[in-house]
Amino acid sequence: MSSTSNVAGSVASTNGTTASTAKKQGRGAKVVGWADERLGLATAAKKNLRKVFPDHWSFMLGEIALWSFVVLLITGVFLTFWFKPSMAEVQYFGSYSELNGMHMSEAFKSTLDISFDVRGGLMVRQMHHWAAMLFIAAMLVHMARVFLTGAFRKPREINWIIGGVLILLGIVEGFAGYSLPDDLLSGTGLRIADGMVKSTPVVGTYMSFFMFGGEFPGDVIVPRLYMAHILLIPGLILALIAAHMLLLVYHKHTQWPGPGRTEENVVGFPMLPVYMAKAGGFFFIVFGTCALMGGLLTINPVWKYGPYDPSKVTAGSQPDWYMGIAEGMLRIMPPWETHLWGHTLSWNIFVPGEVLPIVLLAMVLAWPFLEAWVTGDKREHHLLQRPRNAPVRTAFLVAMMSLYGLLWAAGGNDVLAVLFHLNLNHITYFMRGAVFIIPVLVFIFTKRWCISLQRHDNEKLLHGYETGIIMRSPEGGYSERHLPISEESAYTLTARDRDEIYVQGSDVDENGVAAPGGKLAGLRAKLSLGMFGDNVQKPTAEELEEGHHHAEEEHALEAGLDHSADGHQFDGRHEVEGEALRGGH
Amino acid sequence: MSENHDAESSNNLPAPIEEPIANPGLAPHKPRPTDIDPRAERRAERQVAAFFIASMVCAVLFCVAYFTLDIKDETDTFIGLGASNVALGATLGLALMFIGIGIIHWARKLMGDVEISEQRHPAASSEEDREATLAALSAGLEESGIGRRPLIRNTMIGALGFVGLPLIVGLRDLGPLPGKKLERTVWKKDTRIVRDVTGTPVRPEQLEVGDLMNAQPEGLVTPHSEEIEKEGHSRGVEYLEGVDLQVEKSKSSVILLRMEPKDQTFSKRSPENWSVNGIVAFSKICTHVGCPISLNEQQSHHLLCPCHQSTFDLADGGRVVFGPAARPLPQLPLKISEDGYLVAQSGFLEPVGPSYWERDSE
Repeated sequence: MSSTSNVAGSVASTNGTTASTAKKQGRGAKVVGWADERLGLATAAKKNLRKVFPDHWSFMLGEIALWSFVVLLITGVFLTFWFKPSMAEVQYFGSYSELNGMHMSEAFKSTLDISFDVRGGLMVRQMHHWAAMLFIAAMLVHMARVFLTGAFRKPREINWIIGGVLILLGIVEGFAGYSLPDDLLSGTGLRIADGMVKSTPVVGTYMSFFMFGGEFPGDVIVPRLYMAHILLIPGLILALIAAHMLLLVYHKHTQWPGPGRTEENVVGFPMLPVYMAKAGGFFFIVFGTCALMGGLLTINPVWKYGPYDPSKVTAGSQPDWYMGIAEGMLRIMPPWETHLWGHTLSWNIFVPGEVLPIVLLAMVLAWPFLEAWVTGDKREHHLLQRPRNAPVRTAFLVAMMSLYGLLWAAGGNDVLAVLFHLNLNHITYFMRGAVFIIPVLVFIFTKRWCISLQRHDNEKLLHGYETGIIMRSPEGGYSERHLPISEESAYTLTARDRDEIYVQGSDVDENGVAAPGGKLAGLRAKLSLGMFGDNVQKPTAEELEEGHHHAEEEHALEAGLDHSADGHQFDGRHEVEGEALRGGH
Repeated sequence: MSENHDAESSNNLPAPIEEPIANPGLAPHKPRPTDIDPRAERRAERQVAAFFIASMVCAVLFCVAYFTLDIKDETDTFIGLGASNVALGATLGLALMFIGIGIIHWARKLMGDVEISEQRHPAASSEEDREATLAALSAGLEESGIGRRPLIRNTMIGALGFVGLPLIVGLRDLGPLPGKKLERTVWKKDTRIVRDVTGTPVRPEQLEVGDLMNAQPEGLVTPHSEEIEKEGHSRGVEYLEGVDLQVEKSKSSVILLRMEPKDQTFSKRSPENWSVNGIVAFSKICTHVGCPISLNEQQSHHLLCPCHQSTFDLADGGRVVFGPAARPLPQLPLKISEDGYLVAQSGFLEPVGPSYWERDSE
């Protein structure tokens, strides 16, 4: 290890010169002994207490999701003490005088009571809602991080699928919770869900009647959703999170390549103390953030919407943000319906409401398997890839993100129309085309952008970095001075594999006979060319050598002019031992 | 670090990256200011303690706020929220944040910051382990005789399949069968139309041209005046309550609109004798996914659904002019009763609300 290079005796007293080894201690050892004689955990703990976790800001995104889920559990338990999941009709007389005398369900009344009669109740309700927003948002961003860096590759495909299912469950869980207060907005949301369910071919009407215990709205949907919201779905989420974390521990976390960081090791801080402190401290930060939001930012003020009445609706109704893309699809879908032999099939609801969300999720979940099939790569990958070094993958996700954004905007087409004084119909017509055209454009643009960033990396490797120093030659020509980058940076830039493009018929079987492969192999070759054909590969050792040689020559030519602006010698790439600023500071 | 690898790659990993630049190995550890400057170290220590003390102060303030501020009196004191809510959120939030910041500050400034390296192991078990597992598996299967006794195997699979039936059948009572329920509303011949707030019946002359009124069949709104309610009872009107009321409201709500008769377009599905002096009644339930429609464009007689912006032309039989809805709004045939009120000629002639599989839309 490198720690031997520390200056002896110049480390904080808590800091060892090497990673500390466990010491036997009096009382601690006794407790450990007592527990181990009964549980036998020491064998597992001895490895895991000092388990290494690599450090990078982007590894924190999943942690936000995890901790916001814990906040949801804590605040959710608090809310169950007062919430009454009943649709029985009651008359309200309580602290919120504006609704006095109104008829409403017990669910809505108890939500008002939590908000206005339980001290801290409104804060916890809002914390719970904000944490739910944060939970889903963090999962999505975490998923994007994993996708963009190729962390889903073997052996982590199963964890990728688990993550995708968690996002789906999180959204369903959010919708169930959103529906519980039985206010006007959530009731309208349930009504839309009922419309979607009813559009299911053949069984839709039955599904709707079984869900609502009869005709919409019935009086059982709130207690049933309550059961799903506080028991069934959180149970599943908890189990899947446990599996997700166990696999994470088993596989060990991926890491960025760099000096000393290889496929075979994992470099970082030990779990005890640093990682545990950072992760544990971070829990309090997420918790605290939720509390601040719950106290200071209003969310879902159900008392302003009033109790649910199936004959009423508010203008500008919007679902929670994570339902926005389903809402957008529902809004821009053309009015297609088929009538056949006395039956109705509503493409305009069934496709955006049930088919497309599943198709979109399935596409993203299937990507690791598609990519593995195209590359034919059966090896394990523990080093992350920079998004630019997988241009097609990156472009695919960014295109999907643009689709997500467009659908999201389409879900608020009325809000956009009011905000920007636009014609609502025009926005809708535009979106109908845009969802097909813009993702394609974004794909092409992102792919080219990635490739130009790859070129830029090669420039830096071959010709050095741009110093910002402009030089004038004796002839009067101007040029920018380039200096070589450090060996560490250069290694990090080149720490990636060269892409191999699969060519049909290149597979050779055991007897040395080329396998023809057939149609699938042709498709694979085309996909492989499409995915990797345009990528820029890192320079070879010879190219690098030539580049350096060239740079040295130039350096020599420029040597006489080597008086850059003062301060440039402290650019972190030069030895500064004994250097001082010129000009006598 | 990663030099001198064995050439063989039994671990199923990509070859170590050593070209075009060899891995220079882990960079040497750089000491932090707190490592070399005892004053910086002590300062960091005090900072961490200060964060923890600040957290304790906030926790105490939370308790003070809990008992001194009462939400009952004020729900809108500060930024649209009650003072209690703001104070509790701020103090609890800061109490938690300060703990987090303190711990992370401690980790960053004072805990050991030497990065250590750990070897990875292939996700797969060793070849021997895998073989031993396979051997145990086949020994177990062999001893069970499942392969040699297809009768047992097949009947067991059958039994496991059949035991799924009770699980599915047991859910049957989740709800009643749909039957024809979705095709019916409470509207029938001579049902009075009443205002949806006051429950009073409507005379045609009470509506001006351009007026839009949210209305219900009599019996869904408990009238504000007891006199009307009594009179209703005397005519045998049943006032619905609870679930029945909610279910009927979600199907039977209608919209009344009065327009110039010259603006109206009549057709087979919207004959002239269904409207009274330019007054038409349409189902309020959107044919898309069932939101109650409410936004009226007065000049064009267009009605817009606020949920997904389907737009219907009430002057033209409820035709869809824009949006995702595929079918026109069902129209309620109107007439004037003998005592001069607006009543239904009959119920709706087609199911209202969103489409469903059994709906015969022709």
